[in-house]
Parts: sequence; C-alpha cells; structure tokens
Amino acid sequence: MENRFHMEFSAVSENESFARLCISAFLLPCDPTVNDMTDIKTAVSEAVTNAIIHGYEGVENGIVTLDARLEKNILHIKVSDTGKGIANIEEARKPLFTTGSDRERSGMGFTVMEAFTDKMAVESEVGKGTTVTMQKRLKCYG
Amino acid sequence: MKLKSRKKYNTLLVTLSGDIDHHSAQEISEGIARDFRHSHCKNIIINFSDVSFMDSSGIGMLIGRYKETEIFGGRLAAVSISRELMKIFKVSGLYKIINCYDNENLALEAFRGE
Ligand SMILES: Nc1ncnc2c1ncn2[C@@H]1O[C@H](COP(=O)(O)OP(=O)(O)OP(=O)(O)O)[C@@H](O)[C@H]1O
Ligand SMILES: [Mg+2]
Repeated sequence: MENRFHMEFSAVSENESFARLCISAFLLPCDPTVNDMTDIKTAVSEAVTNAIIHGYEGVENGIVTLDARLEKNILHIKVSDTGKGIANIEEARKPLFTTGSDRERSGMGFTVMEAFTDKMAVESEVGKGTTVTMQKRLKCYG
Repeated sequence: MKLKSRKKYNTLLVTLSGDIDHHSAQEISEGIARDFRHSHCKNIIINFSDVSFMDSSGIGMLIGRYKETEIFGGRLAAVSISRELMKIFKVSGLYKIINCYDNENLALEAFRGE
C-alpha cells in the first residue's frame, strides 16, 4: 500500500501548526504510536519553520512545499523552499550553529530533525532554495 | 497558546498551555520577560503540564529566560514535562542547563534550600 500527499502553503508562521496538523491527519489511519507521531510532527515543524524564517528571510509571498509518502510503514517527507539557500550545509547542520542568535534561535533544528527521524538529507543552492528530506520507519502495520 | 503567571516568595510561577513553536515563541518570551520584570522576582518556574507541543523555538525561548534569571543571580526551572516533551529537552541538552522537576513544589523547595 502506498499513500501520498503534496501541499503548498504561504511562508507565514500561522502555517507551522497547519503543517503539523496535516501530517498528523495523514498518518492517523495507520495508527502510529504517540512517540512516532510526536517525532514526525516535531521534525516537520523544524523544516517548515526553517523555510519560513531562514529560506524566505526578508521575502514576502514565499511558498513552502510539503510532500509526504507512506510506503507500508516507511514515511518519506520532503520540505522545500525556493528561498535564499544555504552556502555551507555541513556547518549549518552542526549543533548550536545559527544565523539567528539575535532572535533567540538555538541552532538545534537540524540536530532535532536528525534525532527524531532515521535519515535526514539537505540539498541546497544559494539563491535557488533548500530541500530537506527525511525518512522514518513507523511502528504501525505491525 | 496561553500564559498565566503568579508570584510565590521570590519566584515567578509561569503556566503555559498549547503549542510552543516559532509562531507562539516570541509572544511567550515577551510575556514572561514582562511579568518577570514587573514581579521583581529572582527565579522563574515554568510549568509544562498543559504544553501540547514544543520544537526548537522553545529551546531558544528557554535559553533566553535562563539568561535573564542569571542576570539577577536567580534560577530557571522547568516542571511537569511530559514524556513526549522530555525527548527534545534531552536531545537539545536543555535538561543539563535548566533544572527539571516533577512539579512546582519540588522546584520551589530546591530554590529555598539554597
Ligand atoms: N531553509 C533554509 N534556508 C536557508 N537557510 C537555512 C534553512 N534552514 C536552515 N538554514 C540555516 O541553517 C542554520 C541552522 O538551522 P537550525 O534549524 O539547525 O537552527 P536555527 O533555525 O538557526 O535555530 P533553531 O532551529 O534552534 O531555532 C540556520 O540558522 C540558517 O542559517
Ligand atoms: Mg531551525
């Protein structure tokens, strides 16, 4: 069994909870554990928030894309923006690295995504945008 | 997201409810900072029992409050953290910086014992 969804939404902070709600509703039929649900909601929230605050920093009308695909009990997630991009991905992924320390950012978003999923990859090009893909095996379907 | 606060001894007791994300974090930060200033307290205890979600925006918010209590030689504690929320406290190393207790009374006792 395979199931998927694709959505695009405005890069505004109101849509962070909207994105979490959508991924939760998508997973509900496979009856995931509370832990898995929390992990996925948190990881999606991190990626979507980064697209909104970093990707589209100083830009209006940005669009964030969220794709999810459930293949049996493996969940694939993709969060993309067409914003400013990341010059040094390796550095950005390091714990505590942030370009937003003036706004109470802790630089832990990528670390959280990594810890809350099984696999996380970042693709980015300066001036073109960023795509974060994540994978997680869920404890549903036995 | 809702924020309520009251004073006990020299500690500000803050109760948060709802989701802590980037959308709500700034309002929470400003709300706690304002109540803390007006209260002339030294310490802050934040009660998480009604918090349904928290991502790294909450980590930044808590470190910000930690720094503010430090200025007054005070302390910050987080209490009633659910199992789901504890994971982000552990992964981020927050629980090493901020004292976590099961409930408000235990945190108050720890503050008074100093
Ligand atoms: N979509 C993106 N577009 C551009 N830059 C990004 C994007 N995502 C992350 N970054 C860069 O990578 C850095 C690290 O991201 P990370 O999520 O780990 O921390 P943060 O967002 O700065 O803080 P936190 O997530 O703890 O609030 C960011 O400060 C930013 O410079
Ligand atoms: Mg982030």
